[in-house]
Amino acid sequence: MSSPLLHLIARDLRRAWIGGGALLPVAFFLLVAILFPFAIGPDAKLLARVGGGILWAAALLAALIPIERLVAPDMASGVIDQLLTRGQSAATIAFAKLIAHWLAFAPPVLIAALPAAALLDLSTETLVRVEIGLLIGTPGLAALALATGALVAGLRGAGAIAGLLLLPLAVPLLIFGAGSLDGGVGALKLLAAVSLVLVAGAPFVAGAAIRAGLD
Amino acid sequence: MLTFDAVTCVRGGRALFGNLSFTLEQGGAALVTGPNGVGKSSLIRLAAGLLAPAAGRIAGDASRALLTEQSSLDEELPLARALAFWARLDATAGSVAGALDALSLSDLADIPVRLLSTGQRRRAAIARVIASGAPLWLLDEPANGLDKAALGRLETAIATHRAAGGAILVASHTPITLPDIIAIDLSQPQFQSERAA
Repeated sequence: MSSPLLHLIARDLRRAWIGGGALLPVAFFLLVAILFPFAIGPDAKLLARVGGGILWAAALLAALIPIERLVAPDMASGVIDQLLTRGQSAATIAFAKLIAHWLAFAPPVLIAALPAAALLDLSTETLVRVEIGLLIGTPGLAALALATGALVAGLRGAGAIAGLLLLPLAVPLLIFGAGSLDGGVGALKLLAAVSLVLVAGAPFVAGAAIRAGLD
Repeated sequence: MLTFDAVTCVRGGRALFGNLSFTLEQGGAALVTGPNGVGKSSLIRLAAGLLAPAAGRIAGDASRALLTEQSSLDEELPLARALAFWARLDATAGSVAGALDALSLSDLADIPVRLLSTGQRRRAAIARVIASGAPLWLLDEPANGLDKAALGRLETAIATHRAAGGAILVASHTPITLPDIIAIDLSQPQFQSERAA
């Protein structure tokens, strides 16, 4: 990996952490996990059965939170202009942002899944499956968030549009992620395939969106 | 170092200027003038490769340093570190102190960028251009927000850059003293003919 790429990743990671930007999705994730028992009722058996799916839905919603600050601030402050002028391709910039976003987003969510699982009274077995699924699925979620962030950068009401754009596209991740909770290795493989496709495609989609946003 | 060959610029379906040709040699300078909205900033962005010309050709392989409206420095960082981010990308990490000194910003090196005034940000952005070590400078309204002393330092920095073989393309609506320049007045009819047609 070239040093400019590492340099860009380090900057985005630093900016994600300052001001608690990386903690916000985690807080949201935990909040959603806490809300479900209130809505469903304190039936431990029922919660244990649907808990894995709740964690997946919570992860999906938490992925929406950082979208608006992934690309738009750097477009507005001219940082993207500067990088492009230096001969960095828009796809490279997007790839660096994707890695930095995953590093800032996924580990905290994976850790937050532990207390959330305790709240929902999940078995260790289910928790392990959720964690493995999230580990495989979060790169895909991060890729979707980045591509969406680049597409809506500069729009008014970007947050709401981003949600409408991202959530339908994330349905395959949700289906295969929640599907893997029944112990199906096949679902995990399909989850990995979807995640891989998203990670491979997102930098180019985001790069094209950034380019289109220049005019 | 930079060649425009019969370049036409279209933004949002509207032709801004057309048939623009000029060549910047080593040590050369071009000053783009004209009223607001005539396409000065678009010309700078064309030269930076951020926009594609609607017609014509832009050639030049020298690395470029771009000064736009925004300073593009991370707000939360101290000035010297914010500049060092770009200098490290340009592999010229040692040049930050000299660039700060050239704009007399050395005293502000430890101040976070968000606390800087408009003029100080402008000087910081110019320091970023100097620190880049790029042979071709593209400056969009470099004199905006600068006081008299800072304007003098900018002119000195440009002269030093040109003496070392660098070239500059400046867009400005405020007078700026530059010896021996190619003057491009975008409001001239020869560039505006396509607009009428």
